[in-house]
Amino acid sequence: MNFEFSEEQVMLRDSVARYVQDDYDWETRVAIAGSEAGIDRAKWQTFAELGWLSIPFAEEHGGFGGGPLDVMVVMEELGKGLVLEPYLATVLLYGGLLQKGGSARQQEARIPSIIDGSSLGAFAYLERQSRFETSDVLTTATANDGGYALNGEKVVVFNGMSADQLIVSARTSGEQSDEQGISLFLVAADAEGIESVSYRMMDGQRVSNIVFKDVQVAADDLVGELDGGHALINAVARDANLALSAEALGIMAQLNAKTAEYARTREQFGVAIGKFQALQHRMVDTFISYEQTKSMLYRAVCALTDDQEDEDQAIHALRMMVDKAGKHIFGEAIQLHGGMGITDELDIGHYAKRLMMINTTFGNGDYHQAKFNALRYN
Amino acid sequence: MDTAFAPEDIAFRDEVAAFFDSAFDKDIESRLSDSDPAVFQPAIIEWQKRLFDRGWIAPGWPVEYGGTGWDASKAFIFETERASRGIGDVTPFGLKMVGPVLYEFGTDEQKERFLPKILASDEWWCQGYSEPGSGSDLASLKTRAVRDGDDYVINGAKIWTTYAQFADWIFCLVRTSTEGKKQEGISFLLIDMHSPGIKVNPIVSIDAHHSLNEVEFKDVRVPVANRIGDENKGWTYAKALLAHERTAIAGVADSKRGVDLIKKFASAEVNGGTRLIDDPLFQKRLSDLELDLMALEFTELRVLASLASGGAPGAESSMLKITGTEIQQAVQELTMDVAAYFQGVLPKGAPDSEVLGHEFGPGAFTSYMYGRAATIYGGSNEVQKNIIAKAVLGL
Repeated sequence: MNFEFSEEQVMLRDSVARYVQDDYDWETRVAIAGSEAGIDRAKWQTFAELGWLSIPFAEEHGGFGGGPLDVMVVMEELGKGLVLEPYLATVLLYGGLLQKGGSARQQEARIPSIIDGSSLGAFAYLERQSRFETSDVLTTATANDGGYALNGEKVVVFNGMSADQLIVSARTSGEQSDEQGISLFLVAADAEGIESVSYRMMDGQRVSNIVFKDVQVAADDLVGELDGGHALINAVARDANLALSAEALGIMAQLNAKTAEYARTREQFGVAIGKFQALQHRMVDTFISYEQTKSMLYRAVCALTDDQEDEDQAIHALRMMVDKAGKHIFGEAIQLHGGMGITDELDIGHYAKRLMMINTTFGNGDYHQAKFNALRYN
Repeated sequence: MDTAFAPEDIAFRDEVAAFFDSAFDKDIESRLSDSDPAVFQPAIIEWQKRLFDRGWIAPGWPVEYGGTGWDASKAFIFETERASRGIGDVTPFGLKMVGPVLYEFGTDEQKERFLPKILASDEWWCQGYSEPGSGSDLASLKTRAVRDGDDYVINGAKIWTTYAQFADWIFCLVRTSTEGKKQEGISFLLIDMHSPGIKVNPIVSIDAHHSLNEVEFKDVRVPVANRIGDENKGWTYAKALLAHERTAIAGVADSKRGVDLIKKFASAEVNGGTRLIDDPLFQKRLSDLELDLMALEFTELRVLASLASGGAPGAESSMLKITGTEIQQAVQELTMDVAAYFQGVLPKGAPDSEVLGHEFGPGAFTSYMYGRAATIYGGSNEVQKNIIAKAVLGL
């Protein structure tokens, strides 16, 4: 039993950490968040050159062939810098669907352009009514002579603004919430009949609402099995849940470190506020929350790689912990920073808002707890 | 990172399981759970001797002193197999507290005199740390040891001394100097409980049992040769012991056993036609608890893995202590709620005990009530937070 990273993973971690520290400081991040696109393509190109975009892809497509642990290492460090570039949307969701379910033709055509940084993607799966249930799909794909016609609306599409390629979930059979009958389609973001509106979320990321009106896709733009797309969504969501949790852990580490540093230096009543036992004990509690989340993340990674624990239960439990610990840690970070904690100027609130967004992505704590309970006790 | 068990670990698990299945028979199980001291105390010694004969009595000790040399995986497997059968941990005072102090800081003569008898459970130990006036502020202790020739003469009192009534020896922190910082005038002594001048006064605890005591010392003579390490340096040895103690009291494997029992009982209990385990509110409470326990299990594994690769238990042990004891209490509380009115049934041995005979009622009561002590002993959880604040957070 060991909890050490391999030499390669240590190098990867150090590489991302160094980059975030040297080339993604707070001023840089504020500038990127304030730019129109909300991401920096030049930085993305650097990610490509450093090899980060190749990590989860198979070696036959030019990838690194990495596993969940390698992705975790990257996401944790990206989280520390609140990096805005669309690693989740492009590499893990769009790229993940292609890697796990794409045809050989789709993989050959698309994956190299993700790895070299030239193409950005997005996965359009949420709808206004669907809340956290990825099987709740009203968008339709109707078979016709040329392939399929897509009709419907997707909302809160991560990286919808900059993506040149989309994968869309659409109903090809069954009722509104049936898992069976969902299919996934690859479509160019500028295809005829697509209208999108982009906007900024509270964490700075750009998302889009996308309307599909008789958008024609070819039969071989189907990703995975006809009617069997939901299993693919689940597989990608599982990776995303792990990645988002790793990002969250990086954020929690930053919040705790920044809060402790503030408590050591901020003076009130003639002493550093970190000398007050009431505050010390609260910071110890957030330290424990962080360590417990880290343990849960490691546990889930091991479940995905060792087959010892039930994978789905391990992921649900992880997301429950991220939700609980995240709220605890950012809440205390804001409180202990006092008035400065509630300013836009200080980074604390931005870390908090990213944690809040993570807690809504692929289900919040209650959602995962209900799933966990059903699997474990029913 | 890799937590998969190697084939040799699987073989080891089978070996441990086979041992427990044959050694922990119905007879010893029944005697260990009896509340009559004349029954359970000899049973503890007998059970520990079985572990000793198998060579598994002191997993945490270095091999040269009689330990097993297990890595973190094997230690984890052993704990899991033990606790999942409802087998209690060994009595900690000799094996997990003074033993490590002896092999780390004792003289060769002291090691030869005491360690074999600790391993074989031939001598029963108890712990003399807290005093009537010194609880969380342990270093304020006042029990005096005054040098007289080759002896110290001890006067004072220790309290919350678990099983002092059975003990042959007590390891004590005593004041040998009142100069300078209070931590710097403390020495660590091993005292024969059969010495003249020692009086043990029982304290009945909130679970209606007698395990706690006050131990009075009146002109008790202790050879200087029974001092561990240097005079006035006892605090250093005491702190090392406390770190071992706190790591040991996280109790993850036992809490997992507690959760398994909760699930078993909640599957059998029916309320208005619905099994308790199917009640969504109950499920929420149970999964809240399981969540923290799952995380703590990996936190403990991380600490164990770091210890196995040469680290010393430090402030992490405080974290394990805090979280482990909070979870123990949550397990006990949920068990009481599952037990409904049976929770009020008193344990065997108490007046009016166990007339209803429900299988979890009395055990639930005892564990829950005495379980309140867990967040207090070994240094209260608030003191642990002080330690983490200073040692880890640098506040």
